[in-house]
Amino acid sequence: MRILSLAGRRLAASIPTLFLILIGVFLLLQLAPGDTVDALMAQMGGGDAATAEALRKFYGLDLSVPAQLGNYLWHLVRLDLGFSSIYGKPVANVILERLPPTILLMTASLSFAFFFGLVFGVIAARGVNRWPDTMISTLGLIFYATPSFWFGLMAIVVFSVYLQWLPPGGFEDIGTVQTGIWRVLDIAAHLVLPTLTLGLIFLAIYLRIMRASMLEVLNLDFVRTARAKGLDETHVITRHVLRNALLPMVTLIGLQAGTMLGGSVVVESVFSLPGLGRLAYESVVQRDLNTLLGIVFVSALLVISVNFVVDLLYARLDPRIAAEG
Amino acid sequence: MDLSRLEINRRTALLTSAAIAANVINPMRAFAQETPRKGGVFNVHYGAEQRQLNPSIQASTGVYIIGGKIQENLVDLDASGQPVGVLAESWEATPDGKTVTFKLRKGITWHDGKPFTSEDVAFTAMNMWKKILNYGSTLQLFLTSVDTPDPQTAIFRYERPMPLNLLLRALPDLGYVSAKHLYESGDIRQNPTNLAPVGTGPFKFVKYERGQYIIADRNPDYWRPNAPYLDRIVWKVITDRAAAAAQMEAGELHYSPFSGLTISDMARLGKDKRFVVSTKGNEGNARTNTIEFNFRRKELADIRVRRAIAHAINVPFFIDNFLGDFAKLGTGPIPSTSTDFYPGPNTPQYPYDKAKAIAQLDEAGFKASGGNRFSLKLLPAPWGEDISLWSTFIQQSLSEVGIQVDIVRNDGGGFLKQVYDDHAFDLATGWHQYRNDPAVSTTVWYRSGQPKGAPWTNQWGWEDKTVDKTIDDAATEVDPAKRKALYADFVKEVNTELPVWMPIEQIFVTVITAKARNHSNTPRWGSASWHDLWLSA
Repeated sequence: MRILSLAGRRLAASIPTLFLILIGVFLLLQLAPGDTVDALMAQMGGGDAATAEALRKFYGLDLSVPAQLGNYLWHLVRLDLGFSSIYGKPVANVILERLPPTILLMTASLSFAFFFGLVFGVIAARGVNRWPDTMISTLGLIFYATPSFWFGLMAIVVFSVYLQWLPPGGFEDIGTVQTGIWRVLDIAAHLVLPTLTLGLIFLAIYLRIMRASMLEVLNLDFVRTARAKGLDETHVITRHVLRNALLPMVTLIGLQAGTMLGGSVVVESVFSLPGLGRLAYESVVQRDLNTLLGIVFVSALLVISVNFVVDLLYARLDPRIAAEG
Repeated sequence: MDLSRLEINRRTALLTSAAIAANVINPMRAFAQETPRKGGVFNVHYGAEQRQLNPSIQASTGVYIIGGKIQENLVDLDASGQPVGVLAESWEATPDGKTVTFKLRKGITWHDGKPFTSEDVAFTAMNMWKKILNYGSTLQLFLTSVDTPDPQTAIFRYERPMPLNLLLRALPDLGYVSAKHLYESGDIRQNPTNLAPVGTGPFKFVKYERGQYIIADRNPDYWRPNAPYLDRIVWKVITDRAAAAAQMEAGELHYSPFSGLTISDMARLGKDKRFVVSTKGNEGNARTNTIEFNFRRKELADIRVRRAIAHAINVPFFIDNFLGDFAKLGTGPIPSTSTDFYPGPNTPQYPYDKAKAIAQLDEAGFKASGGNRFSLKLLPAPWGEDISLWSTFIQQSLSEVGIQVDIVRNDGGGFLKQVYDDHAFDLATGWHQYRNDPAVSTTVWYRSGQPKGAPWTNQWGWEDKTVDKTIDDAATEVDPAKRKALYADFVKEVNTELPVWMPIEQIFVTVITAKARNHSNTPRWGSASWHDLWLSA
């Protein structure tokens, strides 16, 4: 399989990139004034100098910067992400606990955005410059221009405060202990508003890309050939146009998997979800270097694997890519 | 300045003050005769997660709001702000002030069933309060030993006189006891009990899900009869203030402590009958807004410039338009809520007087060239919206007298490092927290010789022998009346020299459901044990 070796090569190339990113983040955080003990002092409301010194020793901050970096990389090579200073336990555990909500939220909103972006994009392209197109494009523009925190807060006010249909925040109901299908439904109910909030902006992007790419493909020669062959319009769209028009969409998914991880800081804060975005924000404020680097590492791994899958999908959608390499 | 915004704020402030008065007075009167109802879950807004929950090793409201229900202190403050025994039943000091004896309550057990004894007090005092606890290590600096002649007696021995009044006012915050049998082996900071606290309090720790919630259940073996009333307390981690306000309205939260919501949301909920919005119950957590001057800048080392800056800022205008009912004019480092030490308003003050400010700046020799005398770098602390508004107000006020101010914003760690360690500021502004006695966390703002890097201490490059002496004398003065007089001198001296200006006084704001009873009934209620709190049907 040529495509496999191609994707494999790209995978190998991403390992040095990953290390460069980690070193970069490490050094960047050194530039930020204050360390985790200053952050702790800020949280405690003060303390004397002797306490601060004892704490610096406790967190291993009495070492030089190169020694700290060296230590970190050496641990990382052995797949040890180190110890989190704010959580007092291994970073790997901290991240593992926070991963499920983030991945659930990310998958849900990406699928939502992708599916409806595709459908509305096709509808808009079919009726280009007529009322469905105008309506869909205007709506898309509104979604795109609305800041997600505002959208989230308004959704809470409408659906949780006034209508009381959905919970205003949290990952699951703490009042009652639920198991099995009820727990799944409970978590799903908690994720409806965050998914919509995070997904709507991406929906707007997808629908515009889909519309443009449909319009472009619709004008190509092979579509004319297909029509000349006497195929009906639905067939032309589903069999010939859609498949070719999907390529830019798939590229976008690969690119946005990373953005979604970062973009969810806002959504996670507004909806009080215990996800990776909030953890990352907290680690920056608390100067918890190990946790932050751990998150960068895991996010990078996620992005790399999503892009690997995207590479494989390309080949499936357009066999020319696999053939040409 | 945006005028429409000012208008709205002024109107809101007026409406809010009426609403607060109505809300606070009526429920108390109407429900005074109700019989307490047992049961119910109390949901609390938890805005900033801490690294651990044991109040014996970390003095901060973020820990007390949880740990203070699970663990108990030797003494707390009663409704009138006077010390009242909790784990301690009585106390007495020798006339030389070097020995303080506490008699402990009998028949109290830890949540794990082991008896509570004076050994626990001695262990906590020597290993936690003296060595680890922030502010505790300063308070107990001269504590040499704690003797335990019997399980109900703990004798604190000091190298230098310890004013009993100071100790009793500091212990509500700095006197939480931990169980010796759980902490005696290993590093105290790394002890897993810190995240699953075990205490003697009315609520037993159940579960902590990081980033989500903490649960504590009713302690059926609690020593106070018929307490507590609540079945369960749930603290929900919600970092977004606007989202927390929405959760209050949706009924998912009962209480948001310590000004946890935005100023506008607190004003809005204050008009809603379902909530009580008030500063009551937070008198013990007073704070003042500051302007800290860096004396390493030659302009600021000139007292005329510092006074001119104070005269140039219209503080009452700022309070009326931006903070409304939640703040009042301050008169110095000891706030008016401190009945034991407040020296009254007759100390040197700097009312708004733009002409005087300009005259003093001219006199100091800093003439305006092209409208600008000199530029200053202002570092605002990131802890509250009020600080951010205040720093902008300083900037605009000073530009009118020819001082250009550049605002440099940092997050918490960055702010402390730049101001108190690197001294990379000209002006800084944040909060000074007053902890019931000036010796706990106030005089360090003025006493010289503070180690570099110690946050919220005198890092201004300013030293005054007279002030140092007043501070030292007051710290070991055993006679309460003399101590009060010394602190009045202290306020006069520092208000004259003005190394730090503290012109605004604030108390944290509580937002709580109108169904709550027996709430806000002590000066540090947010941190208190809530043994008598109940929810009406």
